[in-house]
Amino acid sequence: MSGILEKLARIDRRYIYVVVAVAVVLPFLLRTKVSIRVSPPVVRAYEAIDNLRPGSVLLISIDYDPTSMPEIQPMLIAALRHAFSNKLKVVVMGHLALGIPVGQLGLEQVAREMGMEYGEDYVSLGYRPGYTALMVAMGRSIRDVFGSDYRGTPVDQIPLMKDIVNYEQIDLLLTLAHGYAAEYWAQYAGARYGQRIIVGCTAVVAPDLYPYLQAGQIEGLIGGLKGSAEYETLIGRPGVGSLGMPAQSLTHIVILLFIIFGNIGYFVLRRKR
Amino acid sequence: MKRLLPLAITFVTGMLIVVAFVLPHPPFGGLEDRFLNWYLIVVGFTMLLGVDSLVRMHISKLARRRPGWGYSVVLLVSLALTVIVGVWSWIGWRSIIHPVAPFMYIYTHVIIPLQATMFALLAFFIASAAYRAFRARTVDATLLLVAAGIVMLGRVPVGAYLTQKFPNFVQLPVIADWIMDVPQLAAKRGILIGAYLGAVAMSLRIILGVERTYLA
Repeated sequence: MSGILEKLARIDRRYIYVVVAVAVVLPFLLRTKVSIRVSPPVVRAYEAIDNLRPGSVLLISIDYDPTSMPEIQPMLIAALRHAFSNKLKVVVMGHLALGIPVGQLGLEQVAREMGMEYGEDYVSLGYRPGYTALMVAMGRSIRDVFGSDYRGTPVDQIPLMKDIVNYEQIDLLLTLAHGYAAEYWAQYAGARYGQRIIVGCTAVVAPDLYPYLQAGQIEGLIGGLKGSAEYETLIGRPGVGSLGMPAQSLTHIVILLFIIFGNIGYFVLRRKR
Repeated sequence: MKRLLPLAITFVTGMLIVVAFVLPHPPFGGLEDRFLNWYLIVVGFTMLLGVDSLVRMHISKLARRRPGWGYSVVLLVSLALTVIVGVWSWIGWRSIIHPVAPFMYIYTHVIIPLQATMFALLAFFIASAAYRAFRARTVDATLLLVAAGIVMLGRVPVGAYLTQKFPNFVQLPVIADWIMDVPQLAAKRGILIGAYLGAVAMSLRIILGVERTYLA
């Protein structure tokens, strides 16, 4: 018995990889469904969008790239569905050259699905370098940094952009971020220009944003795939986020079991020494 | 002079940006706008520098037949093809991210799977690392282990399912939310305040020319 327990402290990493792979794949194959409890930060993000009047402008900043696409893309899809169904005007931009096409894919998908018209209901400004300098410059004039949209059409020729000068005409900013972008938005656009902000981010970034959430510098927070699933639950359209919850649940359990096994083995070996 | 000029430029621009933040009126407000525009232009050029550096490094590796030079060939050919397809998309579709542009084909079928795969590998490494490193060696480590376990279970639906019959205050999602909202947040806020005080001090050192390591 003691020998078996000791072996628990020395499980070959390849077995761990196989078990994790099975834990991830199996729930997708079985199409398992789970009920999802919605957390207060996601409710606040949902309400921030839901309380906007029809015709309000929602700026979405694509601050993630394909590395975080599985976690954040479902948030983009759900938020766009929510915004378009509430007749909001959506402006999309991004700080990552490799991220903006991901946003474009999501935007085109939802716009097509909901019959939205480019230039009237939504616009994609594309990517510009500069990060924080860009955020500050947009507070002065969006046209100074985005003279044209992603197709090269001058911003002045786009009906939706006609009355948008700077943050004063942006009713809400949703930053979908996998890095520090959300903090920068809060520090530059929020603190300096009073821009209302909600954030969607990877699970690993979410804890960094709790101080901003509690201080009211961001109004809502959608964290990780679970956040995506919660938002999908709130809009009543389960999607990829909800589909991933059983796999995430099982994987967390598997990792916890391995941690427990490792500790049992560790204590047995320690007692023996 | 070689060191004095960059220090002087740093001091003048740094001080002007600080003054413009407090006094956003002419002439300072206009100067800040100008500096921001210059910065955006410089940032654009740094990308060219990055490409230049990458290409030079791999051409040198290829020319000297260093170990792994075959990967350099793959990189250079992929880079050239992506640029060609990007320019083709730009000319034909007015944008490289137009939904039917050839660049988007490369993006959707090569870049997305490659990047997503690299990141997905983390699941395996994290599981393996957690198994080997997460040991209850001390009281502190045990506290961390218990908190991590509660948050891991409380943040997924199974946590809510396992404790749904319990009173509200002992349900895993409620405890996980409390951990995130109170102890985690307090620690994070302390770290943030410390980090930003450090950033202010470092900025002042750079503006005043005390910190010169960026001059190499």
